[in-house]
Amino acid sequence: MENIINIFIKSIFIDNMVFAYFLGMCSYLAVSKTVKTSFGLGLAVVFVLVITVPADYLLNEYVLKAGALSWLGEGFVDVDLSFLSFIMFIAVIASMVQLVEMIVEKFAPALYSSLGIFLPLIAVNCAILGGSLFMQERQYASLAEATSFGLGSGIGWLLAIVGIAAIREKLKYSDIPAPLRGLGITFIVTGLMGIAFMSFMGIQL
Amino acid sequence: MKALRQYLDKIKPNFEKGGKFEKLHSSFDAFETLLFVPKTTSKTGVHIHDAIDSKRTMAVVVMALIPALLFGIWNTGYQHFLATGQGADFWPMIGYGAIKVLPIVIVSYVVGLGIEFMFAQLRGHEVAEGFLVSGMLIPLVLPADIPLWMVAVATAFAVVIGKEVFGGTGMNIWNPALIARAFLFFAYPSKMSGDLIWVSGMSKGEGIVDGFSGATALGEAAVLKSGEGLGRLADGGVYDLWNSFIGMIPGSIGETSTLAILIGAVILLLTGIANWKIMVSVFAGGFIMAYGFNLIGANELMNVPALHQLCLGGFAFGAVFMATDPVSGARTDKGKYIYGFLIGVFAILIRVFNPAYPEGVMLAILLMNTFAPLIDHVIVQQNIKRRLKRVNA
Repeated sequence: MENIINIFIKSIFIDNMVFAYFLGMCSYLAVSKTVKTSFGLGLAVVFVLVITVPADYLLNEYVLKAGALSWLGEGFVDVDLSFLSFIMFIAVIASMVQLVEMIVEKFAPALYSSLGIFLPLIAVNCAILGGSLFMQERQYASLAEATSFGLGSGIGWLLAIVGIAAIREKLKYSDIPAPLRGLGITFIVTGLMGIAFMSFMGIQL
Repeated sequence: MKALRQYLDKIKPNFEKGGKFEKLHSSFDAFETLLFVPKTTSKTGVHIHDAIDSKRTMAVVVMALIPALLFGIWNTGYQHFLATGQGADFWPMIGYGAIKVLPIVIVSYVVGLGIEFMFAQLRGHEVAEGFLVSGMLIPLVLPADIPLWMVAVATAFAVVIGKEVFGGTGMNIWNPALIARAFLFFAYPSKMSGDLIWVSGMSKGEGIVDGFSGATALGEAAVLKSGEGLGRLADGGVYDLWNSFIGMIPGSIGETSTLAILIGAVILLLTGIANWKIMVSVFAGGFIMAYGFNLIGANELMNVPALHQLCLGGFAFGAVFMATDPVSGARTDKGKYIYGFLIGVFAILIRVFNPAYPEGVMLAILLMNTFAPLIDHVIVQQNIKRRLKRVNA
């Protein structure tokens, strides 16, 4: 149990998807103009991560990993399908994103139109695939650990995008030099936020 | 005074539109308003006129920093002579400290103000007064032995990336002085942490008396797994509660003396310049967190008594001078409590859990600077919702 909580906290603060690995930057930079929209996108990312990471965990554990197919019979012990992980993970993620898109379109049409192209693009959001690949690389021991990792990384990403959205809303009133307006200042802000988040780096849990 | 005024009036036309030095208008303006309260008043809208303006405000903060600076100068000398084992009187200590500390202050001001003036000239706005405070805060959060060129680089980074890219004073998201420190901390870790840098002269290998440790109290407790580090923190040790309250411990120039900082805090609170809500809630957050850790007591740093925690490292300095920065902090009333409390909590948390950064206060404030706009946003949205409900009811 303690292990699960540790993974959860670690993936929010210490191994934050945005500030520690700079993953998922495209939608992070593009959809962070207002807090409301970015919160919606953040929730969508949390949802997708919570579903795909455990799903990919099961996939990895029972199909892809070296020797994972041994439940089929003696002859499959040596089969190693891990070279298929990229394509399989992406397939799972893409189908999940389709699901999210349909849900959002049905229940929150306003959010759907404000997210625009970035909602389907969650499918290629590197934070999502990164979540699954980190899960594979770190070899989490159980489904619960993988789920808590997925939830934690999602919340970490949500925190990051909502944080920068609030800053960007405030920056609307700032007198930023013309060449830096828009994306330029957003990159600088992201870097400085990264410095602030470095306070967690090195914490051992 | 009168002669000065007359002189300024005489040369003023040169700097106005069409004058010889039209381009230098904002530089002239800066000096004029620094010396005299400006005569110009706002022409449109509703304004409350008060004797205080931002230059006067900043001047008060600088005054509040003077006790910490003076103590820092003395302490630099005191620690140096303690480390080299020479007995010395009061004045040699002050002299030594002044030689070490004042160049840092001068470099910080010259570089920072130079960049400020340059930007003001180029962008055609007034020279903002914010740097008067930042320029004093930067030296006070650095160790006395820091090379001067690093001070210059950090100041330049803080002013340009931390402030000017956002449009100058009043627009920045993070406290520039903290950015300077964090920049140095991550760019030159060997000069900003460890146990040789805090006492002037030690990094150059000047003689060290047996049994003298130049580490900060926190660095020591974080590194030593045995009870020794804690022993120095206990009553009668080098870093006991009294010594760390007065400030006779190694550390950054201005942060060691909680007493001097509290004098500054009183000045800030009496003049109403700093916000008591933030100050109180930072101390409350830190105290509650430290007290909670006392009850758990799983490692060295958790066992440091809560009150003692607040006197160590940069906690008091951060709470009084950094967290209360009205620009980078939360602006709503309820937000100020949350913001301050979380600073205290994170500061102690980082200190206890992160052996790499025992001096975590500055990073905790930077972190909460990051989230201050979000806290404000949530509070404002709540207010809007509540009022809408009232209107609709």
